[in-house]
Amino acid sequence: MTDANLAADMLEPIEDVGGAAQPLLQVTGLTKHFPVRGGLFSARKTVRAVDNVSFVVMKGETVGIVGESGCGKSTTARLLMHLMARDAGDIVYDGMQVGQSLSLRELRRGMQMVFQDSYASLNPRLTIEESIAFGPKVHGMADGKARALARELLGKVGLRPENFANRYPHEISGGQRQRVNIARALALSPRLVILDEAVSALDKSVEAQVLNLLADLKREFGLTYLFISHDLNVVRYISDRVLVMYLGEVVELGPVDAVWDAPAHPYTRALLAAMPSSDPDKRTEVPPISGDPPNPIDPPPGCRFHTRCPFAEPLCANDTPKLSDLDTMGHQAACYMAIAGSGHSRAPAKATGANAA
Amino acid sequence: MSTMTDTALQAAPATKARGYWATVARRIARDKVSMACAIILVLIFASALFAPWLGLADPYQGSMIRRLRHIGTPGYPLGTDELGRDMLARLIYGGRLSLIIGILPVILAFVIGTSLGLVAGYVGGKLNTAIMRTVDVFYAFPSVLLAIAISGALGAGIVNSIVSLTIVFVPQIARVAESVTTGVRNMDFVEAARASGAGPFTIMRVHMLGNVLGPIFVYATGLISVSMILAAGLSFLGLGTKPPEPEWGLMLNTLRTAIYVNPWVAALPGAMIFAISICFNLLSDGMRSAMDIRN
Amino acid sequence: MFAYIARRIVYVIPIVLSVALVCFLLVHITPGDPLVAVLPADASQELAAQLRSAYGFDRPLPVQFGLWLWRAIHGDLGNSIATGRPVLSEVMHAVSNTVMLAIAAAIIGFTLGLLLGLIAGYFRDTWVDKVATSFAIAGVSLPHYWLGMVLVIIFSVQLNWLPAVGAGAGGSGAWAWDWEHLRYLVLPAITTSVIPMGIITRTVRALTGDILSQDFVEALRAKGLRETGVFRHVVKNAAPTALAVMGLQLGYMLGGSILIETVFSWPGSGLLLNSAIFQRDLPLLQGTILVLALFFVLLNLLVDIAQAAIDPRIKRS
Repeated sequence: MTDANLAADMLEPIEDVGGAAQPLLQVTGLTKHFPVRGGLFSARKTVRAVDNVSFVVMKGETVGIVGESGCGKSTTARLLMHLMARDAGDIVYDGMQVGQSLSLRELRRGMQMVFQDSYASLNPRLTIEESIAFGPKVHGMADGKARALARELLGKVGLRPENFANRYPHEISGGQRQRVNIARALALSPRLVILDEAVSALDKSVEAQVLNLLADLKREFGLTYLFISHDLNVVRYISDRVLVMYLGEVVELGPVDAVWDAPAHPYTRALLAAMPSSDPDKRTEVPPISGDPPNPIDPPPGCRFHTRCPFAEPLCANDTPKLSDLDTMGHQAACYMAIAGSGHSRAPAKATGANAA
Repeated sequence: MSTMTDTALQAAPATKARGYWATVARRIARDKVSMACAIILVLIFASALFAPWLGLADPYQGSMIRRLRHIGTPGYPLGTDELGRDMLARLIYGGRLSLIIGILPVILAFVIGTSLGLVAGYVGGKLNTAIMRTVDVFYAFPSVLLAIAISGALGAGIVNSIVSLTIVFVPQIARVAESVTTGVRNMDFVEAARASGAGPFTIMRVHMLGNVLGPIFVYATGLISVSMILAAGLSFLGLGTKPPEPEWGLMLNTLRTAIYVNPWVAALPGAMIFAISICFNLLSDGMRSAMDIRN
Repeated sequence: MFAYIARRIVYVIPIVLSVALVCFLLVHITPGDPLVAVLPADASQELAAQLRSAYGFDRPLPVQFGLWLWRAIHGDLGNSIATGRPVLSEVMHAVSNTVMLAIAAAIIGFTLGLLLGLIAGYFRDTWVDKVATSFAIAGVSLPHYWLGMVLVIIFSVQLNWLPAVGAGAGGSGAWAWDWEHLRYLVLPAITTSVIPMGIITRTVRALTGDILSQDFVEALRAKGLRETGVFRHVVKNAAPTALAVMGLQLGYMLGGSILIETVFSWPGSGLLLNSAIFQRDLPLLQGTILVLALFFVLLNLLVDIAQAAIDPRIKRS
């Protein structure tokens, strides 16, 4: 971007068509089911990896996605990147849909991704400079210019180009590799960067450095982040808003402080309670939820959490609760206890005005 | 950015760019066993290639009065065969056909099998199933049996022997190529390349080939050792080369009758096959460990 | 477990059919009219036509395949052109001799291979390892038919200890488990055992090395387990893969015996195949290859099932 003060030319970013009010990303009803090979004589089954997920990402914000492993976070990321075909749902980038007013190639300049495994996501046969320069070259930049840009970006992610440009991925540390991956994503001048567990594999001290780097880069390049992680502390630190996923569904979403201060879904509460605390007085003695997540091959009917929920009542097993507003600030939860007049014994009474909005 | 610059990050010293293959080549060059094998192979190849200029006896010219001379007979350093032909000349000239019928099938199978395996592994889905199930059928035969069955059905001859061995090796190389390709294809860096908007051919050229060809090449090099033994074996059975051509397998066969008279001369052609085979095996091992640059 | 076995068996059916198809087509890639082999050189046109329809060569190929397969399922692989006897009985008789040779070779090759492999893997990068590895490399690089010749030269020609060829007095018909007959088996069995020995040594060495470098071995040693106990864990972990490789090698010995049987005139399926090829006895060629390939497929199936039985990771289908 022009305000990023780069000596080398960058690719022209995808134009901002919608203006500030237009969400950068609008996801509605995103669904992906994987067929699983059953036994010889049994019927085919499906894993409901992502089921009817909807959310928006505004320009310039950082949205976190949290959940246990296997809840569909990474599948969501791959669906958004169009690396995997979705079964249903719409993905709208700045008001445009791929295949209509936006080509797949353009989308891939506008949206980039950083993967969890820093080693596997770099080609072991290419030097770091070549890996970063690959993307711009695909989009028509000349080799020399692309390499110059790669070196420039290496500097931006805190790696001195003269030391790192000609190295191979196996010669540098995990934290350094993840910086390279960030530079590689930035090389296409994206406006949205999806960070799929991008810091999860790093040592704590390195993780903090990379998080700070991400914050700096966001400011410098005017980026929007979708930050996927299972680490609640990290998500809270970096996100403006957060999405809690459980077995392929969004169970709660809202501004990060609202969700942390007043978690409405029992699963969110359990996740937050399970967070390790450095304060001995806040030490948890009893695990907030027990058991593993149910097999996503046959998710339980009704609310998917009812099998592990301490407050489950018969109605929870019958029908899936919908995401409902808790306030006017965008805090939503999919739990009968949060829906006024739902019939759950702990649900707020119907008449209370705040929830009626 | 200055806040980011901590000393640990900059600890890596400046290096000059040395490509992956250059590194591998240097590592092989430092491996004594591999280099010894390479030198022996080069000598055998060169002597076969330049045989007419080495001042050897005529490998076809026999004589009834000097049959089956012992090793070390003056004028016949490696003795003579059952028709009185000079063994040294026949062994060196024999390298020409033996190496061609042993190595050509692997080269052909490398080209065909790699293409099939790459396509199957990269495209995946139904095409993969179709290709790999066909490959499975050939795996239902022990390779020696398959080679002999095809050769036996096609009839004796050099071309048929090469064809049958190629048919035997294509499925083996295709299977290796497919599994390597599938493995690389599922790596995140290929996803990342797709995410940068690269098309399948660019990804294949830049990100797949370099990672896939090495292991397949190593496998094929090891396969040459099997191929040399099998090709000579077909000739030994009478399914490959026809007399009076000098070829190691055929020479072993015709000299079999002489083991009671001059056993060690009769065993010489096999020693050549053994030498080539062991060298290719060791070279394949050496390349494999040289390519594993992570340790 | 049951489901796994059932699935493996179902999966074998298309393989068996394809193997049969390949065997059937073998005769049809043969240059020239397949009838030539059956026909006397001075046969009349009528006799040719008669035989053509008798063998079904005038029908379309798929029909021919169907008829051939139908007869093959009922144990009728036709008659040998050379001897006139049913192909199936000729082949089964020969296969029994090959099985005997393969089992003798397996006992030698597998024992040596396992032993060398375990030692080499356990004492990795020592001189013991280097010696064992050299044996293994030599084993897989030896032209085995040549090794057979060399052994004959040493033990029959020079030392005169063991017979060079054959299967004893009266051929294999009068086989008995005494030294008089067993001594005919020694050289072919040793020759056959060399390749499996080499391959199993290399496999087991790699397996042992990999297992020993895993963290759980460290943990076992850290908790004070004696080396014999550690060794038990190594054997247990290496067993499924080693078993699979041994099964495959047994199959290769059964199917790939032609060269060694030719060197030693051992009256097995390989020698039968050899004579079928050179007498252009196509029904015999086809039948021998079919039977050997089916043996190989069956053996692979058994190995898969056995592997599933001892490898806990495969059980949950």
